[in-house]
Amino acid sequence: MTETAAPVTGAQKRLKELDRAVIRFAGDSGDGMQLTGEQFTTESAWAGNDIATLPNFPAEIRAPAGTLFGVSSFQLQFGSQRVYTPGDRLDCLVAMNPAALKVHLRDLKPGGLLIANTASFDERNLTKAGYPSNPLDDATLSERYRLHKIDMTGLTHQAIQDLSLNTKERDRTKNFFALGLVSWIYTRPLEPTLEWIQKRFAKNQIYAEANTRVLKAGHAFGETAEIFAEHYAIEAAEMAPGLYRAMTGNRALAWGLLAAAQRSKVPIVYGAYPITPASSILEELALHKRFGIRTIQAEDEIAAVTAAIGASFGGAIGVTGSSGPGVALKGEGIGLAVTAELPLVIFDIQRGGPSTGLPTKTEQADLMQALYGRNSESPVVVLAPASPGDCFYIAYEAVRIATKYMVPVMVLSDGFLANGSEPWLIPDPETLPPLEIAFRTEKEGFFPYLRDPATLARPWVRPGTPGLEHRIGGLEKQDVTGNIAYDPENHDHMVRTRAEKVRRVAQEITPTSINGPATGDLLVVGWGGTYGAITAAVERAQLAGKSVASIHLRYLNPLPPDLGHILREYRKVLVPEINSGQLVRILRAEYLVDAVGFNRVRGLPLATEEIYEAIDQLLGSQS
Amino acid sequence: MSVVGAGAAATPTPKYTKKDFESDQDVRWCPGCGDYAILSAVQKSMPDLGIPRENIVFVSGIGCSSRFPYYMNTYGFHTIHGRAPALATGLRVARPDLKIFVVTGDGDGLSIGGNHMLHVLRRNVGVTILLFNNRIYGLTKGQYSPTSELGKITKSTPLGSVDRPVNPLAFALGCGATFVARTVDRNIPHMEEMLRRAAAHKGAAFLEILQNCNVYNDLAWNVLYDKESKVQHELRLEHGKPLLFGPATSRKAVIMDGVTPKVVNATDVPESALWIHDESNLNAAKLLADLFAPDFPVPIGVLTSVVAPVYEDLILEQEQRALSERGPGDITKLLTSGDTWKIG
Repeated sequence: MTETAAPVTGAQKRLKELDRAVIRFAGDSGDGMQLTGEQFTTESAWAGNDIATLPNFPAEIRAPAGTLFGVSSFQLQFGSQRVYTPGDRLDCLVAMNPAALKVHLRDLKPGGLLIANTASFDERNLTKAGYPSNPLDDATLSERYRLHKIDMTGLTHQAIQDLSLNTKERDRTKNFFALGLVSWIYTRPLEPTLEWIQKRFAKNQIYAEANTRVLKAGHAFGETAEIFAEHYAIEAAEMAPGLYRAMTGNRALAWGLLAAAQRSKVPIVYGAYPITPASSILEELALHKRFGIRTIQAEDEIAAVTAAIGASFGGAIGVTGSSGPGVALKGEGIGLAVTAELPLVIFDIQRGGPSTGLPTKTEQADLMQALYGRNSESPVVVLAPASPGDCFYIAYEAVRIATKYMVPVMVLSDGFLANGSEPWLIPDPETLPPLEIAFRTEKEGFFPYLRDPATLARPWVRPGTPGLEHRIGGLEKQDVTGNIAYDPENHDHMVRTRAEKVRRVAQEITPTSINGPATGDLLVVGWGGTYGAITAAVERAQLAGKSVASIHLRYLNPLPPDLGHILREYRKVLVPEINSGQLVRILRAEYLVDAVGFNRVRGLPLATEEIYEAIDQLLGSQS
Repeated sequence: MSVVGAGAAATPTPKYTKKDFESDQDVRWCPGCGDYAILSAVQKSMPDLGIPRENIVFVSGIGCSSRFPYYMNTYGFHTIHGRAPALATGLRVARPDLKIFVVTGDGDGLSIGGNHMLHVLRRNVGVTILLFNNRIYGLTKGQYSPTSELGKITKSTPLGSVDRPVNPLAFALGCGATFVARTVDRNIPHMEEMLRRAAAHKGAAFLEILQNCNVYNDLAWNVLYDKESKVQHELRLEHGKPLLFGPATSRKAVIMDGVTPKVVNATDVPESALWIHDESNLNAAKLLADLFAPDFPVPIGVLTSVVAPVYEDLILEQEQRALSERGPGDITKLLTSGDTWKIG
């Protein structure tokens, strides 16, 4: 770590060392809470902490001001140890208005730091939030929490009163007062934010000046005001050495594709229809036309997947991305790719459902859809990233598998991974596994469904190759020749062959890594975005002396070949999921183990605390 | 990184005959189906394209017409119901060097796939679309289609269809198609000419082929099959020529009465009042699209052919601009760009 935290200027105040802290900025959707949180994250990254973030915002673009459903928040946990999740209970809550207080107060730890912007606690906002009287005047609030009532709006206005800005423009900078203040409380360096301001407002110096002043005013307020008795330092975390950057899941998926295009030297065509929370993948890819990526904003979800299949038929890597409702529409298209045996990658950024459900909230309830959500026997490979940064490797792996086995690969990310970020150790792309794609050009002995003996993949032929003209389609075909065939035995054979091809992908899976003892009382099995919460809960249980281990599945179809053996090494198996119990059913069916689920479907990530309790309960009930 | 689509062989195109485009598959349409004539005309017109066989792709959806690719000795993809235009768009984006045909029908292209038809046309994707219109669902055995006439009695409409039909030509023009034409399965020379014109167009070409389903909707286009009726009603559209039709002894003309087309005796109007067909006039094409018997003649030929930016050309242009401004992308550089920090 070369850059260190800014020198602690408020040295006269007590500086307390902490291992970790969980902070949430909450306000109206127009209050700039997402930006505040992102900047605080960058500052913490500079300070060398490990971080996990949870942006949470309403589905409405401009929800009515002051309302409960218009509250937007950004939570992060940062620490000097490995941080697996954005945290369960808050050490500090910044509430920019009464609605934010009402929605988020329940998550603040007793004795936690509560900072409220008094200026917005006026009658109108109190009524909108459903408070009969001002909660800040209620003595129980200051008894339970360390409440700091600060007129952030007023102090902001004061800091920039001589600048020629209107009231609306002045108001808009108050989030940086909050950022400056909290940065002081947790001794975050201001430099990254100051740099950001200069870059962002390079063409508008008065805004740059205003934001700089307000940020510093918030920082100075913490230092000088009498109300804060102490502030906190969090040591840099011990992280693997190397160059880091902040990474969100959706950007990582996009960049994983870029890496795959570059390594394979085969272009990628990404077809997508805008849908929350997957749209940012399309937007990110559209920025990188120099990387052999072509994007199509299709007329609908079906066109998006079929355009990707068309591209694959043409010898490009066809990729489509959506969320659950869109993947439902793509089902028939995915079936076509299954029978045409063309490579296809499908990103499903899961969100709350059914139907439109909770567009901006996270869920893990598309596993069964990914596995079985198509007509007839249409197996696909299913992968799931464990963290935002892992999305990079999963996207690359999806392309590698799809092209090697000529098979559709579904990637199950979720809203939490998509928008959440973590410090990410930047990999050397050279160390990624080889991704070699060989198109068939040899005429001699060619048949469209001739199979590679190891992978059962059929040859991939680019149209334009002389002598290999052939026709494929959605009708059942005879193996090898690819001619239309209605023969019963052939159909049975083809059904089995398509399934076997997916099963053989198991030969790509490395041995499962077990976090904890190789045998014991309890194994916790997870998949997808719950990795952090499960790992944190299991490590806590291990520290408490419990005989617990965890594994996290990145391959959901096929399952790892060693999974059955591992499951039998523990007396109990617990499967926490943000659904009503999907993986747990599969494990029970596949391995005949008495696995039990831990299931909460609230549109939120699972909390470490509740998984820990589930572990405790399960072990407590044993005799 | 290899440039996408730089695939066309540099070798001269061989001298093909119709036979070179016949695949080894048994053709499985009903005996007497209009599709046979279309298949034959397409195979016959292929050598005239002057394109190596391996660079030609036929994409289809579902329906009788969509079996087409299996019978062409080119690359082919028989896809899913209605989606051929979308799939062809992806193929075109990946491979702008290929010649792509989309074969579809009135149900596939205008009902289940109507949305994709709209977008492939308005984007002006470089594909040649052959829409076989027989005004009936054949493969599913005789239900009414989106082009069936109001009151049509079919298996699914025993008391007559209550759906108002869509006019494929008017639809295509409404979508902003840059080439719109109509031909008839029983007029082989005209069909071959229209196939050549459509295939030569830059951008999306929409060719409606009036086709006979002799099993479920025989003689739906009898107005252009019956010798006498054909003489009375067929209006051949030819660029620069007046809209004249009918028997030589009693020629009729379509003229404009204000903004409304009107049929008059050709001899009753001065030459200056004749409507001269102009393929570049989209407004005129929209009026022509609505003409039909019995009150009007039935136009066949090219309604419109205009030059407009082509979808994949614009994509390539943006890509080339990005490449020439900043060079090919480098993932290592990208990964380490922006805010990074070092640990250890």
